[in-house]
This record gives sequence, C-alpha cells and structure tokens, in this order.
Amino acid sequence: MSDHNMTHSHDDHEHHEDNFITKYVFSMDHKMIARQFLITGIIMGTIGMLMSLIFRLQLAYPDMTFPFLEGILGHWGKDGKLDPNFYLALITIHGTIMVFYVLTAGLSGTFSNLLIPLQVGARDMASPFMNMLSYWFFFTSSVVLLWSLFVDGGPASAGWTVYPPLSALPKAIPGSGTGMTLWLVAMVLFIASSLLGGINYIATILNMRTKGMKMSRMPLTIWAFITTAILGLLSFPVLLGGSLLLIFDRSFGTSFYLSEIVAEFAGGIERTGGSPILFQHLFWFLGHPEVYIILLPALGITSEVIATNSRKPIFGYRAMIGSILAIGILSFIVWGHHMFITGMNPFLGSVFMLGTLIIAVPSAVKTFNYLATLWQGNLKLTPAMMFAIGLVSLFISGGLTGIYLGNAALDINLHDTYFVVAHFHLVMGSAAIFGMMSGVYHWYPRMFGRMMNETAGHIHFWLTLISAYCVFFPMHFMGLAGVPRRYYANTAYDQFNVFVDMNQFITIAALLGGLAQVLFLANFFYSIFKGKRAVQNPWSSNTLEWTAPVEHLHGNWPGEIPHVYRWAYDYSKPGAEDDFIPQNVPDAGQIDPMEEANGLPEVAVEPLVAAEAAH
Amino acid sequence: MATNTLTTNTKFTWGGGKSPFSVSYGKLMMWIFLLSDAFTFSSLLIAYGFIRYSFLEPIRNTIVKPFDHLSHEFVREMGEKGLFVKEHWPSPELVFNHFPFIHGVHLPLFFVSLMTFILIFSSVTMVLAVEAGHRMAKDEVSKYMFLTIIGGAAFLGCQAWEWTTFIGEGATLHGNPFGPTSFAALFFIVTGFHGFHVFSGVLLNVIIYFNVLAGTYEKRGHYEMVEKVGLYWHFVDLVWVFVFTFFYLI
Repeated sequence: MSDHNMTHSHDDHEHHEDNFITKYVFSMDHKMIARQFLITGIIMGTIGMLMSLIFRLQLAYPDMTFPFLEGILGHWGKDGKLDPNFYLALITIHGTIMVFYVLTAGLSGTFSNLLIPLQVGARDMASPFMNMLSYWFFFTSSVVLLWSLFVDGGPASAGWTVYPPLSALPKAIPGSGTGMTLWLVAMVLFIASSLLGGINYIATILNMRTKGMKMSRMPLTIWAFITTAILGLLSFPVLLGGSLLLIFDRSFGTSFYLSEIVAEFAGGIERTGGSPILFQHLFWFLGHPEVYIILLPALGITSEVIATNSRKPIFGYRAMIGSILAIGILSFIVWGHHMFITGMNPFLGSVFMLGTLIIAVPSAVKTFNYLATLWQGNLKLTPAMMFAIGLVSLFISGGLTGIYLGNAALDINLHDTYFVVAHFHLVMGSAAIFGMMSGVYHWYPRMFGRMMNETAGHIHFWLTLISAYCVFFPMHFMGLAGVPRRYYANTAYDQFNVFVDMNQFITIAALLGGLAQVLFLANFFYSIFKGKRAVQNPWSSNTLEWTAPVEHLHGNWPGEIPHVYRWAYDYSKPGAEDDFIPQNVPDAGQIDPMEEANGLPEVAVEPLVAAEAAH
Repeated sequence: MATNTLTTNTKFTWGGGKSPFSVSYGKLMMWIFLLSDAFTFSSLLIAYGFIRYSFLEPIRNTIVKPFDHLSHEFVREMGEKGLFVKEHWPSPELVFNHFPFIHGVHLPLFFVSLMTFILIFSSVTMVLAVEAGHRMAKDEVSKYMFLTIIGGAAFLGCQAWEWTTFIGEGATLHGNPFGPTSFAALFFIVTGFHGFHVFSGVLLNVIIYFNVLAGTYEKRGHYEMVEKVGLYWHFVDLVWVFVFTFFYLI
C-alpha cells in the first residue's frame, strides 16, 4: 500500500510545468530548496559576521571613534562611538543568527535537503510541499529577525539565550521592548520551520530509501542528518513551550519567570511566583541538543569528505554510527552544565558533570576515526578536504576545553568568561562553519553544476583557519584571567587592562577572517555563473548523488532509481580496477541488492559512470 | 490498511525499497509530529510542576464535603478560614466545584470528570470511525466522525463554561483569589494550549467529515486520512489525561 502511495505521489510531481515562480520561488524540488536555504544562510551569515566585526572593533579600541559607524548605524553609532545598548544588541543578534539561522537552518537545511533524497535514492522528500513551507517559514523568520534591527529600542539585547528578567520585562533595557517581542516571533516561526523540515527528513530517510539502501549501508552524512532531525524534533518544542510562557510574561502579565527579586522593577502589578531558572532549564533543554544539531551535520559532512578524499573506507563505520547515536542521546541529559552556578544542588551538578564528561568518549571515537581514516590515505587536498581536516583540528582544540568547562567546580570560575566564548566558538562555531564550508566546496558541483575555484578555496581555507585560531585561542587566557563575556569595554577595569594588546590582536585577526569570507563570497557567486562546468562525479565518490545527472531533474534520476549493493565506502578496494566502487554497482553475478557485496564488480567502473554522464 | 503487497522479502524490513513499518509517509509523519508535540506539552507540564512545587502543598480540606451547601461567598469564606492563601497551592477540588445549572452545591471535580468522560468517549467513536473505514463502510464512517465532532465540540463548550466560571470568580492571568497567581496563569496556559489542540482537531475532523460525505476517500480506495486525524485525536485525548491528572487530581 505504502509503496503505491509513494510512487504515485512522485509520479505526479514529474509532470507539471515549471514557471519562474514554481521553479525559483515556491519550488517544491529539494535541490532548489537546498540552494534557497544555502543562499539565505550565507546572507544571514554575512550579516552575523559583520556584526561581530563591529563589536570586535569596540572591544579592541574602546576609546577610539570610528566615524563610519554613524554612517551605518545611525544614532546607535553617534559620533563614531558604538552605543552600549546596541553593543548588547549586536552580540545577541550575532549569536542568534549564527546559532539558529546559519548553523541550524543554513547547515542542516541546505545539506539535509540536498543530500537526503539523493543519497538514499528517493525522487524527492516525502512531502515536497512541507519542505517548501519549511523554507518559507525560515525565510519569514529571518525577515522578522532582521526587521527587529530597525524597531524602536533596537533588537533583542538579552544575549542569544534571552534569559529573563531582561527578556521578560519589556521595560528592563531598551532592547527588551519591541525587539525582544520580534525575536520571540522569529523564533516561533523558526521552530515551525525546523519542525516541518525535521519531520520530512526523518520520514524520508525511514520510508523512502531505495532498494538495498539498508540502514547499515547509509552514508554517515545520512546518519548524522537523521540524528540531527530527531534532536531538533524533540528539543525545539521545549523552546516553543518556554517561548510561549515568555510571551505571556512579557505581554499578558503572568509571572512564570519572575520572582520577588525582580518584582520591584515590574511596575504596577505584583510579579511573583515564578523563577528565571525555569526558563534556563527550558532553554537549555533545547540549547544543549542544539549544539549537536549544529555539530552533527558538520561531522557527517566531514566523514564523507574525508573518506572520499583519503581514498580509503571510513575507519570504524559502525563505531561512527554508534558515536553519533551516543552523542545524540547524551545531548539530552547534560543541559544542566550550562547552569552549574544557578544554585543547583551539588549532587545534581555532579550528575550533569558525569554525563558531560562521558560525551568526550563518542567525540574522541569520532576524532580518532577521522585521524585513522586519514592515516596513510592517498590524500586529495581539495578545499573541501582542507576544511574537513580543519574541522577535526578545531574540534580537538575546542573539545579539550570542554572537559574543563564540564567540571562543575572549575565552572564556578570559568562561567561567563571569555574561556566559554573561546570554547564554544572553536568547538561548535568555527568547527561547524568549517564543516559547512567543506560541504559547500564538496557538493557545489552537485548543487550548481559548476566548480568553485580551487586556488581561491585554498586561500580562503588558510586565512580562515589562521583567523579562527588567532581570534579564539587568546580568548582562553583572557577567560582564565577572569574577563567576563558580553562586557562593553573591558578597559573600564584596571585588572583587565593588560589585555588591551590582545584584544587588538584578536580584532585584527577577526578582520582578516572577514576578508577571507569576502573571497569566499566572490568565489561562490562568481562560480554559479562563470565556474568551470562540472563533470558528473568530480571527486570519484561512491554515494548515490553522483550517479544522478549534472542537470537537476525533477525526480533526480531519469528512469529507474538505482539500487544499492554495497556500503558507501568501498574506496581503494584491493583488486578492483578503480579506486572507488559506487554503491549502485553490484558484485559480479549479484542480482539481489539485499545480499552483501563483498566481492568485486564485474565490469570496470569507469565506462559505466562515463555512460551515465553522457546521458 | 491493506497489507503491503510488494513485500516479498520479509527478512529485510529495513533493507530499503519499502517502509520498514509498512506505513505511508503521511502516517509516519503524523507519528513523528505527535512525538514532537508531546515534548511541547511536556515542557508546559514540567513548568507547571516546577512552579507548583515551589509552593507549599495544598491545605487539606476538612470543612466542606461533597453535596454540602455552597454559598455565594465561598471563595472569600475559604480564604478567611485559611484554605486559600498565597503560600499554599490551592486544592483543586475547592476551586473546580461548580456544575452548570446546579447552584449552591459543592460538587468537587464533578464537571471536569464529565468533560473527561466526553472527550474519552469521543475517542471511542473515533476508533469506531477508523474501524468502519477499514471495512469501507462510508455511512458508518460518517456517522462516527459526526459523533466525534459533537464530542469535541461539547468538550470545548464545557471548557468555555469552566473558564467563564473561573474568570467570574476573579481569576486572571495575573490574579487569583484562590491563592498563588501562578495557579490561574498555569491553568489558562495549559488548558488553553490543550483546548487549542482540541479546537484544531475538531476543525480537521470537520474537513475529513465533509470529505467522507463527498466520497473522496471511497474514490481513493482507503480511509487513511481518517486514521491520521484519528491518531491526532487520540493524542489530544491522551494529553488531556495528563492535564487532568496534574491539574485536578494531585
């Protein structure tokens, strides 16, 4: 029954005519939606990055004036000085944009949409319509968030975690007004988008794999995407509940998050009975899985890119799946490590600490598997590969400090310092950006049918890597010395004056990183129109997306969907004519895709792929 | 559902080329959505627990018994007798003790029990509608869908009456004559969010009902849409069981 349904619904999609609106705007084709997500994500990312450069300028040169700030920020940059309230707004919106709009929707939305149907062998997503809705909810949400930059009082300024009471009392600080309301509206729209997307991803992976695509043959990207989707599905609704209560606190006079300590500032009605800690629990129940929602797709992409470009099977395929699942499960029971200093019972603190430290195990499994895959591989150092290796490096550097922060006792000292900023910017910020970049370089030919410039890619990589380390590594020292995050001007305190030079160094490194992204943007948009034409399988990869023709088709494959006979990592198989055997190539004499293909294919791989490319 | 006729190789449930659970993607999506929605409700109920247990336990009522006379000044009297105070969570049986058209009698939780019964009964009619759908019995499907809609609408009506009564006694989002303001606020949020789900369910049921009448599903050859809204409807019922337990019983 179900099979009939699937074939029918997808046959329907292949027949309708495309006009501009249905092809480029309200497209229901997963490849177009992926590109929409990517380009929206890149635009949001550029905005988020520019914001960080503005507040980095302030941190490095708190006493200088920059007349151009008045030009771009208006009254927020009066006389070339950044307004302290707007500084808070900038860090808030920078965090929100980067975490949610770039690394959640931009990363997952792009690559889940592009790769899930192509890699599992489906004509499209289970529900292309919901997929389209998912993008447009995301788009609307982005517009609302950007709109909040222009309202009276400025955008939300309570930090990306929007803790009450700053977020709950509209009169607390300028950014607690309309800007905060719009932040919540944007977030509700975002959650709707992520829910629609996530349901679709899971249903597609479970139900629509092509014949022979066993769970144990799926590329690790797909394993990462399905775990990510499940995490999002189970954690975003909790933020929805939390936001709902916050909206009521703000607009309808309830006090879920307000207790006696803030009643004085509430004005008018009595606001007691709740607790700001409740919001922290609800927020971090999303917030911690969110870290892995960001990271897992990047790790999935890395697995794929590293295996392909090392020309070796991924080391420890099953251990990789196991560690993805373990990270997914553990991510739900460690949210308290963001709240060690809220007065949490020390016993509870130690439970959260234990869970947090256990996450180091699957993370280390993944790291060592990457290194083992690289070991003695025939490395093809494409920009995608460089970024993937960069991710592994950043993941290690940032991950190690996680062990310090996960410790409930040490966290008393390190909480809310630059040590935290350094930690998460390396391990989930930069690392995930590197994963995303790796994916963009690797699947660009699949998305746009053209190649990006490799030299520019390498320059982009090295500048970005140097910048990432130069920006975030010194922050560890500042954090250990106790410099708090989110402060407008650290020079106000004598004991932090020793870091003036370091702050300037960081800002210069950040500007360098920003410059590198300009190169990326130029390369990206130039190559869409003028890049070298891509061949069908430019990286000699095994996965199914490279068996589809370069031109995008509704339904992905002309004719039959390929069947799958082997896992995704048959690289450099001894005795094989070629150093890769795509998943759709059977062993000599193999007919049933369900049988394990352990032998060698009958025909040489090369002519087969060439024939399909010519199609 | 008809069985999956394409399944020849039962050994490879997860081998691709078919649904591992032998369900259509639509039904799978409904299940996944409900799982997600369960977490939304959980977050609200956990918020309820968090706030409720920051207050002291309800004071045990030894003053009024079921069917006792209920004066117009009941809330004030109980407040004076120390049963409704700011520090203690109010006892729900003293708050929800009215019944439509019966004045001046203490009927603790009678009305909400009736509401619960109505909602659960509407789940029964929904099961019957789904079952009739399997037999392709169009008339029965439409009959039971209609009864389900009536049940859902009746529940919403009951909730409207309960809210009105509660508000009439002075409860608002930031005020509560029965004690902590959080009680009223949480009540409105949680039952309101649930009521919104019931309302959406009734709307969906109405749409499906008209499709049944129009013969859409008969032409399609199966009543799977009825099953899908059925899943949603049972979920909404199940959530109510938790809301009922947490808000009224404990």
